[in-house]
Amino acid sequence: MLYALLCYNNEAAVCGLSKEDDEAMMSRVRAAEEKIVAKSKFGPRLRLMPTTAATFVKAGQDPLVIDGPFAETKEQLLGFWIVDCASLEDAIEAGKHLAREREFGGVEVRPISAYIPPAEAT
Amino acid sequence: MNDLSWIDQALSAARPQVVGALMRYFRDLDTAEEAFQEACLRALKNWPQKGPPRDPAAWLIFVGRNAGVDDIRKRSRQQALPDEETLSDLDDTEPSMAERLDNADYRDDVLRLLFICCHPDLPATQQIAMALRIVSGLTVPEIARAFLVSEAAMEQRITRAKRKVAAAGVEFETPSAVDRVERIATVTAMVYLLFNEGYSASGGEAHIREPLCDEAIRLGYLLLRMYPGEPELMGLVALMLFQHARVPARLDAEGEIVLLDEQDRSLWRGTLMAEAAALIEKAARHNRPGTYQLQAAISYEHAKARQAADTDWRAIDQYYQMLETLQPSPVITLNRAVAVSKHAGAADALQLIEPLSGALEGYFHFHGVRGALLLDLGRSREARAAFEKAISCASTTAEASHIRRHLDRLQKGAEGMPA
Repeated sequence: MLYALLCYNNEAAVCGLSKEDDEAMMSRVRAAEEKIVAKSKFGPRLRLMPTTAATFVKAGQDPLVIDGPFAETKEQLLGFWIVDCASLEDAIEAGKHLAREREFGGVEVRPISAYIPPAEAT
Repeated sequence: MNDLSWIDQALSAARPQVVGALMRYFRDLDTAEEAFQEACLRALKNWPQKGPPRDPAAWLIFVGRNAGVDDIRKRSRQQALPDEETLSDLDDTEPSMAERLDNADYRDDVLRLLFICCHPDLPATQQIAMALRIVSGLTVPEIARAFLVSEAAMEQRITRAKRKVAAAGVEFETPSAVDRVERIATVTAMVYLLFNEGYSASGGEAHIREPLCDEAIRLGYLLLRMYPGEPELMGLVALMLFQHARVPARLDAEGEIVLLDEQDRSLWRGTLMAEAAALIEKAARHNRPGTYQLQAAISYEHAKARQAADTDWRAIDQYYQMLETLQPSPVITLNRAVAVSKHAGAADALQLIEPLSGALEGYFHFHGVRGALLLDLGRSREARAAFEKAISCASTTAEASHIRRHLDRLQKGAEGMPA
């Protein structure tokens, strides 16, 4: 079975970390990952840019594009795609294709800041 | 990270929102700050056992509000009763943990808190010190260290600034849309000023003052989270991130400033640059260029060039032209001239800056750039005069020694020439 482990935290606090504290946090994450690798195999791992870099594409035939994250609590995260795009415009266009296929919710376009593909071992 | 540092982080992240809300309740900054302190003490006692609350800010506002009301009641027994209105106001506020703060209220609270720090009667450095103390929650010794002054002097400065703000009265009405835009612009300027306080440091001061940059970026994020659709705020954060990304390459071993062209670009922090690029791309979609966006766009052009020679100077020239239109200034024209010299040649650039000689008579960089252009055109005698003028205008030894290198080269060139 494949599982997605989704990381939730207080962005204002995490974004406010100094370079040293952020590095300390990431090294703790890496240490935890090493324990996981002892038993399980990693798919891609990634860190997202803060929600301030996000754009939201609202569901519908003519999808509305809004700045900021998708912060409603009435909907839940159901899945995600990772796309390699040349520009934000292209990423939003990709989001629009998906948004047109649904009536509710939408697609948040969030840049990825660090990406480790599955092939690379820890 | 020690065991309780997560609490510190949560408290300081919640601080602007909590102090802002408490100030709205108590209509007084000192009471709000004391109530926040009390709430933090209780958090330090409670959270380690029970775990952090789901919404730390709401928890702190609730606890702080009760603590503040208690305190006012206690004091009222010892001193004269506060006026009836104050008390009934406090009783009316229904303290429900379930009640989520209205996003608009929260935004106005934080903006008000930032805005009172920018009181026009306060000199820029005091505005910044106020923001660091009140909004960021830095301690007086921390701020004093960053400003390279004694603690006593900083304490006095902040106390005086607070008194001035209190005397001027704080506007608690919900701001109109126009007022809000103006407040955002004022606060944005203060945040960038704060960033530059840290960024412009060199030598031994650089390391001490870097936290000012971190704090400015943190405040930039705070504003951007509140107003995610403001392209100028995206521009501001992008600009700060671009500049901050270059910090590791900015000073040499002696602490002297290394010019952009000569920086080792492999030292630039890629993650920060990538985020800045994402923000500037997002801002560009709005088609509402502003000064921060344009400066960030110029930084983006530098970031895209793997080496100085790959820089797209034509694009940079265009951004400077747009900046000139938005905010005409001889310094911007001078900067544009540098871009022009790189893609159109020194003659065009020189023509562009000659009319500025009056306005920039005492400006070091004007004479430095002019000298370099003249040198490029083979007019070495005039170049030498310009460089000498530059040295007489230099305000730091680093500036002067940079120009002296040009003069030395000129000298060598002259000696090498056949008689």
